[in-house]
Amino acid sequence: MYDFAYHKPATVADAVKLLADPDAKAISGGHTLLPALKHRLNKPSALVDLSGIAELKGIRKVGNAIVIGALTRHVEVATSAEVKAAIPALAYMADHIGDVQVRNRGTMGGSVSNNDPAADYPAAVLGLGATIHTSSRKIAADDFFLGMFTTALEPSEILTAIEFPIPEKAGYAKMKNPASRYVMAGVFVAKTAGGVRVAVNGAGPCVFRQADMEAALAANWSVDAVAGVKQAADDLNSDIHGSAEYRAHLVTVMAKRAVAAAG
Amino acid sequence: MNVVAPFEGIGASVRRKEDFRFLQGRGAYTDDFNRQGQLHAWIVRSPHAHARIRGVDTAAAAKMPGVVAVFTGADMAKDALGGLPCGWQIHNKDGSPMAEPPHPVMAAEKVRHVGDPVAVAIAATREQARDAAEAVIVDYEVLPAAATMEAALKPGAPVIHDGVANNLCYDWHIGDKAVLDQAFAGAAKVVSLDLVNNRLIPNAMEPRAALGEFDRTTGEYTLHTTSQNPHVIRLLMGANVLHIPESKLRVVAPDVGGGFGSKIYHYAEEAIVTWSAGKLARPVKWTADRTESFMSDAHGRDHVSKAELALDANGKILGLRVHTYANMGAYLSTFAPCVPTYLYATLLAGTYTTPVIYCEVKAVFTNTVPVDAYRGAGRPEATFLLERLMDVAAKETGIDRIELRRRNFIQPDQFPYQTPVALQYDSGNYQATLDQALAAADWAGFEARRAEAARQGKLRGIGCSTYLEACGIAPSAVVGSLGARAGLYEVGTIRVHPTGSVTVLTGAHSHGQGHETTFAQLVADKLGVPVSQVDIVHGDTAKVPFGMGTYGSRSLAVGGSAMMKAMDKIIAKGKRIAAHLMEASVDDIEFDRGTFRVAGTDKTKALVDISVAAYVPHNYPIDELEPGLEETAFYDPKNFTYPGGCHIAEVEIDPDTGKVSMVNFTAVDDVGRVINPMIVEGQVQGGIAQGIGQALLETCIYDADGQLLSGSMMDYTMPRADDLPPVGVATHTTLCTHNPLGVKGCGEVGAIGSPPAVINAVVDALRDYGVRTLDMPATPAKIWQIINGGRRQAAE
Ligand SMILES: Cc1cc2nc3c(=O)[nH]c(=O)nc-3n(C[C@H](O)[C@H](O)[C@H](O)COP(=O)(O)OP(=O)(O)OC[C@H]3O[C@@H](n4cnc5c(N)ncnc54)[C@H](O)[C@@H]3O)c2cc1C
Repeated sequence: MYDFAYHKPATVADAVKLLADPDAKAISGGHTLLPALKHRLNKPSALVDLSGIAELKGIRKVGNAIVIGALTRHVEVATSAEVKAAIPALAYMADHIGDVQVRNRGTMGGSVSNNDPAADYPAAVLGLGATIHTSSRKIAADDFFLGMFTTALEPSEILTAIEFPIPEKAGYAKMKNPASRYVMAGVFVAKTAGGVRVAVNGAGPCVFRQADMEAALAANWSVDAVAGVKQAADDLNSDIHGSAEYRAHLVTVMAKRAVAAAG
Repeated sequence: MNVVAPFEGIGASVRRKEDFRFLQGRGAYTDDFNRQGQLHAWIVRSPHAHARIRGVDTAAAAKMPGVVAVFTGADMAKDALGGLPCGWQIHNKDGSPMAEPPHPVMAAEKVRHVGDPVAVAIAATREQARDAAEAVIVDYEVLPAAATMEAALKPGAPVIHDGVANNLCYDWHIGDKAVLDQAFAGAAKVVSLDLVNNRLIPNAMEPRAALGEFDRTTGEYTLHTTSQNPHVIRLLMGANVLHIPESKLRVVAPDVGGGFGSKIYHYAEEAIVTWSAGKLARPVKWTADRTESFMSDAHGRDHVSKAELALDANGKILGLRVHTYANMGAYLSTFAPCVPTYLYATLLAGTYTTPVIYCEVKAVFTNTVPVDAYRGAGRPEATFLLERLMDVAAKETGIDRIELRRRNFIQPDQFPYQTPVALQYDSGNYQATLDQALAAADWAGFEARRAEAARQGKLRGIGCSTYLEACGIAPSAVVGSLGARAGLYEVGTIRVHPTGSVTVLTGAHSHGQGHETTFAQLVADKLGVPVSQVDIVHGDTAKVPFGMGTYGSRSLAVGGSAMMKAMDKIIAKGKRIAAHLMEASVDDIEFDRGTFRVAGTDKTKALVDISVAAYVPHNYPIDELEPGLEETAFYDPKNFTYPGGCHIAEVEIDPDTGKVSMVNFTAVDDVGRVINPMIVEGQVQGGIAQGIGQALLETCIYDADGQLLSGSMMDYTMPRADDLPPVGVATHTTLCTHNPLGVKGCGEVGAIGSPPAVINAVVDALRDYGVRTLDMPATPAKIWQIINGGRRQAAE
C-alpha cells in the first residue's frame, strides 16, 4: 500500500467536495479497493470513507419500489424481510455473493459502482430495470453500465441509492468461477411492468441484456421458451476457466434455471 | 502399578496438545519473531521468464527514506558465495552425471523464471523496502522463453543454461528393456495411455518467511525460517552457500503453518537475509506475500507420460513400459532430481505382480519456477499412471476393473516381495483393504444409485484406486547409492528430568502433523510418563543434536524409531540403577510402563525414583555408571515403509454445466500400527482434500511467454470445504516388519491414492461418452466439452 490521506465525511455533500480531487477515491466496504491498494495497483491521494454517512444507509419501500441505500451491506439485503417479500430474487442474489465475510463487508454501492463484469449486483440492477440515484442525478440502469469496470458515474459522483421496481416475478441463477467464485455466467430474469428483462453477467466484458431471451419470454414465460435461445459466443470472455463457447452455453442453462426459480 | 492411564498410549485418540496453542493464537511462527533494530527485506523479482540482465541501477533506491542497503546478484558474487545446492545427483543412461547448472542466490547475468530474485532492498520498514525495490531499475534484454517442456525440447529452443544441450537435465532409465520387449512380444493385449500429471502450486497456509541475525560478539548467525528441516538448511546454507561453519550457525524452524514439501528446500531468501544480517550487523526479516509464494515456492508434479501395459489372455500383467517427461523448472531445487526417478519409477509395480517394468525419464529445464517434491512426490504421479491404466485395461479387456486388480495383486503370502524396480515390500494385504473399502463404499449398490441419479438428470460414477507407496524415507546406504548427497536417518534424545518429566529432542519437524502429541504418546506408552509431562522439542539446531527433518511420511517410522531406541537405552540404564537400589541382579529387573520390578517379587521402583537417584547420586553405582538419565539414538532403517490401500470415489456430474460434485469418498489405508487414530484420520483427510484438489480443481498455468496465469487465488482453485464430500477413513493394519513400532506412515497416502480414484469415477460417470483419456483437473469447462462432443480437444 502507498501512503494516502484519510477522510471520513458525515454528509454526501462533503464527500463530493473531497472527491473533487481527481486522485481521491471513495471507499465503502473496501473489499475490492483494499486488495487493489495492497497490491499497489492503485495509488489514491486520499481515501474518502463513506461509511459515516447516515443518508447512504437503509432499505425502504417507496411506492412500488424498494430503495436501498448505497452503503447497505449484502447481508442486510439478503436478510431484509422487506426485500425478501417484495423481490425474493434480489435477496437470493445478495445471499449468494462471495462468502460470509464478503457479504458482511461488501456494499451494494461499492459493487455497482465498481461494475466488475463478474459481479452479481449489476445483473439484478439491469435485470430489474432499476434506477441509480447519485449525488447529482438519477440514471436508468440501461444507461449506467458502460463497459468493463466502467459506469456513467463521474469521478466525483457518488452512488447514493438504487430504486428497484418490484417485479411481478424474477429469478437469478449463476455458475461460479471455480477459483474466484465470482460469476462465470449468470442470468437475472424479471417480468416487470415495463416488460420482460433478461440481464447476463459474468459471461461478457460487461453486464448486458439478452434481447432474444426477452422476446421469447415475453411471448411465453417458461423454461422451454429460453431453452431454445442460443447465446452467441462472439464478444464473450474466454480465459483459463472456460471458453467463450462454454460461457455462451452456460447463459442458456442459467436462463432456464433463473426462469424456473422465478416460477 | 501403571502410572499411565492406558488411553494415552499407542492407539489412543489423545487430543492434540499443540492445538490449544494454535487455536488460541499463541503459536509462534517465523514472522512473529521481531528483534531490536530489525530491518525488512523486499526482493526485486524478475517480471520476465527469460532475460539477460544488462545492468541493475540501485542508486535511486539506495537514497530512499529508511533504506539501509540495496544488494544485487553482483554484490553477492563479490563475496564469493556459493549457489543454491542440489542434494541429489541422477546419472544418465550412459552413466554420465545429470546436467547441474549453477543456481545463483540472486541472478547476476540472466533471469530464468518470473519471480527469479535479482536484488534485495533492505529498509527500516517493510513498506519502505518495497518502495525501494520498486525504484531499483533493472535493464533487461528479454529473451524468448521456453515455458513448457514441449517448447524447451523443440529444435532451436531457447537455451536456458549455457552448456545444457536441449535443455535436458538428464535422460535416465530403470529396468530391463530387452526382457520387457520380449514380454510385449508375447502379449495377448497391449493397452496404452497418454497422461499428463498437472502442475500444482503448494500454497501452505503460512507463506515462507526468514529472519537472519548476526551476533557481533560471538560471530554467530541465527536464521529463523519456515522450514521442514532446519538441520538440512544449516548444512546446505552453511557449507554450500555462505561458508559458515555449523558451530556458528543456528537455524530455527519454529511453528510452521504447513509445508507439504514446499518448505523442505533451501531457498534464496534464507541465504539473502542471513548474509545481509552479517553484512549490516542487524537483523533482517523477509516475509513472502501470497503473490510471491505463487512465483517462488517450488511447484509440484508436472509430468507428461506415455504408458503401455502388456497383458496375457487372462488379464495377467506381463510388463509395463513408461516414458515420462518431467519438468524441473528453471533450476534444480534441493531434491528435484530424485522425485521423477527414485520416488516415481520405483513405484510403478504398485500393488501388482508385474514381472518386468521399464521406465525412461527425461527431465527438462523450462522457464518456470523450480519443481520439487510436493505431498506424495513422485508416488502420486506413479499411482495416477498405474491406476488409470488399470481402468483402461479393464475396459479394453472386458474384465471387471475390480477383478482385474485382484488377478494381479501381490498375495499376502508373497511378502517380502521383490519388485522389478528395486523396491522390496515388507508387508501388506491389498485384498483386505480392497474388500473393506468395497463394503464401506457399498460398491455393490452403486448401479442403483447411478440409476437414481440418472432420473434426476445427473451422471453418477464410481472409481477406485488400489495404490501403494513407499515412504519413511530412509536407508542412508540405499539413498546414497541412488544419488542422495545426505544420509536419511533420524535422531532422538530422551531426557528424563530429575523429577520424572521428560523432554524429547527430535530431528523430525512438525508443521501440522501433531508430533507433539503422537511422540508424547510413544513416551507415555513405553516409559509410563503422562502425555502432559512429556514435551517435544524440535526445529532448533541449537537444541536438537541433529536431524533430517520431516517429509516423505518419515517422522514416526524413522524419528519415532530413533526415540524408541533412545528409550531402550534409558530403560537399560534405569535397570542398572534399579538393580543397585533394590540390591538385585540387573538380569532380574523387569520394566513395564514406568515401573522397575525385581522379577517375581513385589519390590518395585518407579521411574521417578530412578531419575532422582540418577541426578542426586548419593546412593548410586557411581563406579559403573555416570549420573544423569539422558540418551540419544540415531536410527537408520533397513528399508522404506510401504503403506497401501484402496480409495473409492463417487461423483455426480451436472451434464448442463459439466460440474463434478464429489458425493462420497472412502479410504481404507494400511499405514501400519496406528498410534493416534484421530490424527491419522486428519492426515488422511487432509491428503484426500489435496488429492481431490489435484483431480478436480488445481492447475498451474503459464502462458507461452512464461507468465504465470494462475498466479493468485482468483485463478488457482484451492479446494474449499464445500468441494469436499463426506470422507470415510478406515485403516487395515499389517505391521511394518523392520521398524520397532511397526508403523508405515500416513502423511501422504491421501494425496497419493485419491486422484486416480476420482478421475476413474469421472470417467465412469461419462461411460456413455466414450472417454478414454481425461487429464486433471476435471474442470466444468473440460467436462462440458467432452459431453458436447469436443472430446478430442479435451483429451489432449
Ligand atoms: C474474496 C471476495 C470474494 C468476492 N466475491 C464476490 C462475488 O462472488 N460476487 C460479487 O458480486 N462480488 C464479490 N466480491 C466483491 C464484494 O462483494 C463487494 O461487492 C465489492 O468488493 C465492492 O463493494 P465494497 O463495498 O467492498 O466497495 P469498495 O471496495 O469500498 O469500493 C469499490 C469501488 O467502488 C467505489 N465506490 C465505493 N462506494 C461507492 C459509492 N457509493 N459511490 C461511488 N463509488 C463508490 C470505490 O471508489 C472503488 O473504486 C468479493 C470480494 C472479495 C474480497
